[in-house]
Amino acid sequence: MRVMAQLAMVMNLDKCIGCHTCSVTCKQAWTNRSGTEYVWFNNVETRPGQGYPRTYQDQDKWRGGWELNKRGRLRLKAGGRLRKLFTIFANPLMPSIQDYYEPWTYDYDRLFSAPATEDTPVARPKSLITGQNTKITWSANWDDNLAGGPELAPADPVLKKLSGQVKLEFERAFMFYLPRICEHCLNPSCVASCPSGAMYKRSEDGIVLVDQDRCRGWRMCVTGCPYKKVYFNHRTGKAEKCTFCYPRVEVGIPTVCSETCVGRLRYIGLILYDADRVAEAAAVPDEKDLYEAQKSVLLDPHDPEVIAAARREGIPDDWLEAARKSPIHKLIFEYGVALPLHPEYRTMPMVWYIPPLSPVVDVLANTGHDGEDAGNLFGAIDALRIPIGYLAELFTAGDPEPVKAVLRRLAAMRSYMRRLNLGQKSDESIADAVGMTGDQIEGMHRLLALAPYAERY
Amino acid sequence: MASTDGPLSDALLQFGRYLRPGKVSPDLRTLHQIGGRQGDVFYRDRWSHDKVVRSTHGVNCTGSCSWKVYVKDGVITWEAQQTDYPSVGGDRPEYEPRGCPRGAAFSWYTYSPTRVRFPYARGVLVEMYREAKARLGDPVAAWAEITTDPDKRRRYQTARGKGGLVRVTWDEATEIIAAAHVHTIKTHGPDRVAGFSPIPAMSMTSHAVGARFVSLIGGSMLSFYDWYADLPVASPQVFGDQTDVPESADWWDAAYLMLWGSNVPVTRTPDAHYMAEARYRGQKVVVLSPDYNDAAKFADEWLAPHPGTDGALAMAMGHVILKEFFVERSTPAFLDYVKRFTDLPFLVRLRERDGGFVPDKFLTAADLGQEGKEAAFATVLLDARTGEPVVPNGSLGFRYSEEGQGRWNLDLGEVDPLLTALGAEAVPVALPRFDGHGDGVLERGVPVRRVGGHLVTTVYDLMLAQYGVARDGLPGRWPTGYDDADEPYTPAWQEPLTSVPAAAAARIAREFARNAEDSGGRSMIIMGAGTNHWFHSDTIYRSFLALTTLTGCQGVNGGGWAHYVGQEKCRPVTGWAQLAFGLDWSRPPRQMIGTAFWYLHTDQWRYDTYSADVVSSPLANGTFAGKATADLLSQSARLGWMPSYPTFDRNPLDLADEVAAAGAEPGPYVAGQVARGELGFACEDPDAPQNWPRVLTVWRANLLGSSAKGNEYFLRHLLGTDSAVRAEEAAPDQRPDSLTWPEEAPRGKLDLLLSLDFRMTSTTLFSDIVLPAATWYEKHDLSSTDMHPFVHAFTPAIDPPWQTRTDFAAFHAIARSFSRLAKTHLGTRKDVVAVPLLHDTPDELATPHGAVRDWRETGDTPVPGRDFPKIVVVERDYGAVADKMAALGPLLDRLGATTKGLTYDVSGEIARLGRINGVTADGRPSLATDVNMCEAILALSGTTNGHLAAQGFATLARRTGTSFDGLADEHKQITFADTQTRPVPVITSPEWSGSETGGRRYSAFTVNVEHRKPWHTLTGRQHFYLDHDWMHEAGEALPVYRPPLNMTAMFGEPGIGEGGEAGITVRYLTPHSKWSIHSEYQDNLLMLTLSRGGPTIWMSPADAAKAKIADNDWVEAVNRNGVVVARAVVSHRMPEGTVYMYHAQERVVDVPKTEASGRRGGIHNSLTRLLVKPTHLIGGYAQLSFAFNYLGPTGNQRDEVTVIRRRSQEVDY
Repeated sequence: MRVMAQLAMVMNLDKCIGCHTCSVTCKQAWTNRSGTEYVWFNNVETRPGQGYPRTYQDQDKWRGGWELNKRGRLRLKAGGRLRKLFTIFANPLMPSIQDYYEPWTYDYDRLFSAPATEDTPVARPKSLITGQNTKITWSANWDDNLAGGPELAPADPVLKKLSGQVKLEFERAFMFYLPRICEHCLNPSCVASCPSGAMYKRSEDGIVLVDQDRCRGWRMCVTGCPYKKVYFNHRTGKAEKCTFCYPRVEVGIPTVCSETCVGRLRYIGLILYDADRVAEAAAVPDEKDLYEAQKSVLLDPHDPEVIAAARREGIPDDWLEAARKSPIHKLIFEYGVALPLHPEYRTMPMVWYIPPLSPVVDVLANTGHDGEDAGNLFGAIDALRIPIGYLAELFTAGDPEPVKAVLRRLAAMRSYMRRLNLGQKSDESIADAVGMTGDQIEGMHRLLALAPYAERY
Repeated sequence: MASTDGPLSDALLQFGRYLRPGKVSPDLRTLHQIGGRQGDVFYRDRWSHDKVVRSTHGVNCTGSCSWKVYVKDGVITWEAQQTDYPSVGGDRPEYEPRGCPRGAAFSWYTYSPTRVRFPYARGVLVEMYREAKARLGDPVAAWAEITTDPDKRRRYQTARGKGGLVRVTWDEATEIIAAAHVHTIKTHGPDRVAGFSPIPAMSMTSHAVGARFVSLIGGSMLSFYDWYADLPVASPQVFGDQTDVPESADWWDAAYLMLWGSNVPVTRTPDAHYMAEARYRGQKVVVLSPDYNDAAKFADEWLAPHPGTDGALAMAMGHVILKEFFVERSTPAFLDYVKRFTDLPFLVRLRERDGGFVPDKFLTAADLGQEGKEAAFATVLLDARTGEPVVPNGSLGFRYSEEGQGRWNLDLGEVDPLLTALGAEAVPVALPRFDGHGDGVLERGVPVRRVGGHLVTTVYDLMLAQYGVARDGLPGRWPTGYDDADEPYTPAWQEPLTSVPAAAAARIAREFARNAEDSGGRSMIIMGAGTNHWFHSDTIYRSFLALTTLTGCQGVNGGGWAHYVGQEKCRPVTGWAQLAFGLDWSRPPRQMIGTAFWYLHTDQWRYDTYSADVVSSPLANGTFAGKATADLLSQSARLGWMPSYPTFDRNPLDLADEVAAAGAEPGPYVAGQVARGELGFACEDPDAPQNWPRVLTVWRANLLGSSAKGNEYFLRHLLGTDSAVRAEEAAPDQRPDSLTWPEEAPRGKLDLLLSLDFRMTSTTLFSDIVLPAATWYEKHDLSSTDMHPFVHAFTPAIDPPWQTRTDFAAFHAIARSFSRLAKTHLGTRKDVVAVPLLHDTPDELATPHGAVRDWRETGDTPVPGRDFPKIVVVERDYGAVADKMAALGPLLDRLGATTKGLTYDVSGEIARLGRINGVTADGRPSLATDVNMCEAILALSGTTNGHLAAQGFATLARRTGTSFDGLADEHKQITFADTQTRPVPVITSPEWSGSETGGRRYSAFTVNVEHRKPWHTLTGRQHFYLDHDWMHEAGEALPVYRPPLNMTAMFGEPGIGEGGEAGITVRYLTPHSKWSIHSEYQDNLLMLTLSRGGPTIWMSPADAAKAKIADNDWVEAVNRNGVVVARAVVSHRMPEGTVYMYHAQERVVDVPKTEASGRRGGIHNSLTRLLVKPTHLIGGYAQLSFAFNYLGPTGNQRDEVTVIRRRSQEVDY
């Protein structure tokens, strides 16, 4: 056992209002400068939708992440590194600026400088790439709130996997938001892709960074990352990415995106993992086993053996204390409601998600089902507007059972707490039905609903 | 061990590991590194900063979020939310962090290319001014010449909005502004000067300083809350209060939450988490919205009523609640509540009509023979114990009289109010219906009693009749059951109107009420603009409020209505009001209803091709028949109901001279002149040049890019420039009888449009002078909101850059220039001010029984204060205005400060202020700086000065005879420095109706319920029934369903769904946007980048298909009011038949020329126009009395339709 510490994040999608405050504060702090106009370390996507850059989840096309070769060994999906070395001067397989979007501005000055004319002055859009007049046809968030749904959403790679099951019509409309930052993976394919050794994972906290001095701008990392969270700065010619706000977290302040999240849905915490077992777990043959495999690499910070091993690795006691208090560990293990994003990429992402509940479809409501009624809980989960299959394709390589289990726990919490809310006696059987205790449910309620600042981070 | 690639690459990479620092994993898969990170210095350096300053964003948003503004090297770098709000108790989520993406993008403006850095003026105007001034030697003479010479006037007015702005100096700009003001006051009168600046709560000093200038010179401040249609008129109607709602942390207390026409994640972004989180506590959330909106994502159920039909659904829900919780089963908690806190037990007289009966007026003590003015305002109920009539405490009859002292309370003593008159006798009554069936009349029976010779029933009995809840033995036609689709107001009846399944309507109603019963009233409806911006929104809201009131939810934490649209709670309201309206120097100020002002002066009244009778009930007496809306507006003005400025067709300064010369009493003199026809009301001839408004100052606002309903009419008639109006004026038989109709409507009424802003907007583009304003990060100010219970500060992160100035500095500069010119040109004058009958004063006793008598029709001589505005003469020392601006005046010492009928003695606070702020040469407390003004606001308000709050409660207790002891924290005094340190919780004060005492969450009317304090209404209770004559004429005495206006019938627009490829007709809605706060941020590059980069119209795939429109196509929307060009967003979350153009997309960014007009496309409001609802003009009667931003006609805009079509995809700018 080789214990390492990792900073990780959980986002509760059930609380995300899709406001993009995280995106704006992150961009203002980090990437509102020349060369990174198109870069959003943090972005928020409406699902179903194409994402940013568009269709990035289509690894048949973009070939990010890892795959297993014929012998069951991990191999970069975009090809072995030898091949990369030999093709280093060729254009790597990566999204074009149009796949992100062509950044623009407006000739605002016209509003002041227009001479006396026959019509009201207006600021026209200008490309920030060419400086010329432009027509805006795509942005970092073009399909926000199902904009262009019938035309654009069918290209959503996740939706495609559910071919024919989802109808994009008013009566069955559904959406939710997916905020994304770099996953700071345990098994980062970007780092493995870098021919210059410029990308690395910080030993003490697992933050994945690009050494700006060493980066040679080969852009293999852009190809390698299946989440497309490494970007190329056109001005400096170097790769840049989410830094987990290390200048902030190093001094005890949460990341910008977390602290400014008005939905209060982001949790940051330390977790411990066994570095020796990462590759093995990432290489389990069945993609559906990856969620459990990844969990198996994460260590119990209360386990005396783990603590002893961690001390041997030089992890300080206050870090171990932080790992024991970590909301991340609680959400993944004790409450069992957080799931990894696309475990099938085999990168072992370290930003996990609590999947969203959603309104029940009218069909169910009309029959008198009530989501709060414990007796109807599980029936209601099966009739949610957001298809379980869609969530499963995001979080569990298509396996619906773990997603269902999470949603049932959330629903049970609502049902259990409603009784307390109305001054009635607590009903342990509700907790029992989802494999929890009443105390656990109340603990989960505190973390998810009250979500005190000091316990979120 | 697992490995990665093959042996060859492994070998190569094995070699590589010796070339680099750090630790490569044994399988060569990854690289860990420690130390040696000079390559990352960039990010550390980027994060470093010199200081962090607390500030917020002003004016147009409810948020009142506290922000950290980061500064490095004297440059604002970015902002992030503060997280240090005081705790709300630990039993619920805290307020941190509050903010939204728009606020987070604010700092972009600071150095953006749309920042107004210098004063600008219209070039052609400046040239003419300089020439005239050089020739005439006097700024005022120069201004007079330019504005009276028809050619010169036309030259600069037609150039408005067409570029040609030039830089000028502050000195020259303020000189021109001063000259325009002086000339207007001298020639036309001070009430021809108007100021527009909304929502004081969100930057009180910036608002107050300008309003103070306008008020001190006698100009008119224009209302905004009613103009924005954010004022829910139902609130004064039902509660006798403007708007009072719970803070967002109180949503947590609700066990059942309906979001009805309110898209909380978008419009209440900082607080949406309370809704998301309360679900985890088992709160059920129901979203009612015509589209699958952002909030629907959080709902347990989503109901999608057709736009504007929400009232039908709510009426059906009321039917279910009355039937199941009152008639079939008596719910003790509900019965107890409605008897004590609503008008349901009060008696209403029935009147014979066509051989049957209709409900008429409340039975009052006067009807039972009691003498005295107040007797007609003392309402009556029956005591269940004795069956005898009782005049209970608490009605308006007890509020002002000597005998009422100590009895204005909700104590019933031993009396048990009888809810229903059910017994021996019953009669059928006729009630109006507006759902388009039959003859529009319902026949329903009510039980009756005979009291003092009057045939009476109770409001409760009338409610059951109106809602169609049958009881055995009553005559009339009643629904046979919930599935009866013909008789209102059953669940089945509403289904074809709303599309909501009858079963769902009944079930949600039942759940809502049952939850209220189980939780002690913790059922809440968050209601918003989606249901509040309609012509008939007051009826929609009354049907909502019936649900929360019948179930005992009002005045309960976690229950009741939660209306969040516009206004926002200016918690330190008393202090702000004294300063903003110059009440410390002269009273009364001129305060005008915005909607009427714009309706008249943009000449939209001339395009009313329908009769005011359109609102009449089938059971009306014909009061509105043959009348135009403008006729009713002038009637309202001459009866003193609503304010009307400019008031007379004469300069009020000259009128004052006439009064003095005649040696007469001003009131009788003016009333007599008017009665004899020697003096006219300006509103009766709004197109005559002597009645035009001449100077308009807009600050903290973007009138022409945002709120200007009928935008194109503004451009054509108020400004005199090009417009896209296509509508026809009214035909001769449609025109108002009481208004003069010049054949040619004037173009270009306004001499000067002045705006102060930090960015270029549709208003600045059309302004004659634009002053560069400091941003919210460059000034001191105060913020509060209804969403949270704190006051906190704006603090400058940097000094105003370039030549920008704070509003405070700008208005002081204007005032100095003005005073300099005014000293010689104006001197000291007397000003005749006409004041409407005011709410929360004895004026509301002016119209007994709400029975309208128009002196013009009867031939009587009007009496000011009874059926005519009060006439007050105010002295104005025009040379001293600048000095008065900067000092707290002496009138406060003498008259105190009054809010909602309660007067505070502030003499002690004035002395303290003098010590804090320093004093002027005259010994008055200084208001020379913005911080001085902030201190004064805090010191003069009960919410921020516990001493005043306690004093106010003591005063109130003498009137009510009940106790409010312990509510106010007498020892707490909040200073400006406190608010800069951290948001500070306010103090419970009689200025508002809720209590924060002991760290409790604010919920409206808890003081009324718990301390038996009456509502400010006729009965002193919450009203279901409104008995004013005009309410009967409109058929709205009781909650009722009224559908959206029929634009085909009224204006000949095509019907919804008509058309095809050449253009399909759709309902046109303008909901609040995700990417802007009104027009602000819609031009912000960050927000444009996250959305679609310019104006868009959202539509359904079905409508798009009919008109062959694809996503992102350029489209044009055209109706009689104007034309809009935008990109289409086609989405299946939109319902068929309705398009959204999110409010407020204006014409500054990426708007090409239109095919329809060949000119620049319009703003979202280019397709709308004003439609004034007559009943909003009622005044002088109990809670239906005017107060500023409290009651007035709404500038609603939701009933509109448009034709939308695909246009050529080649666009020209």
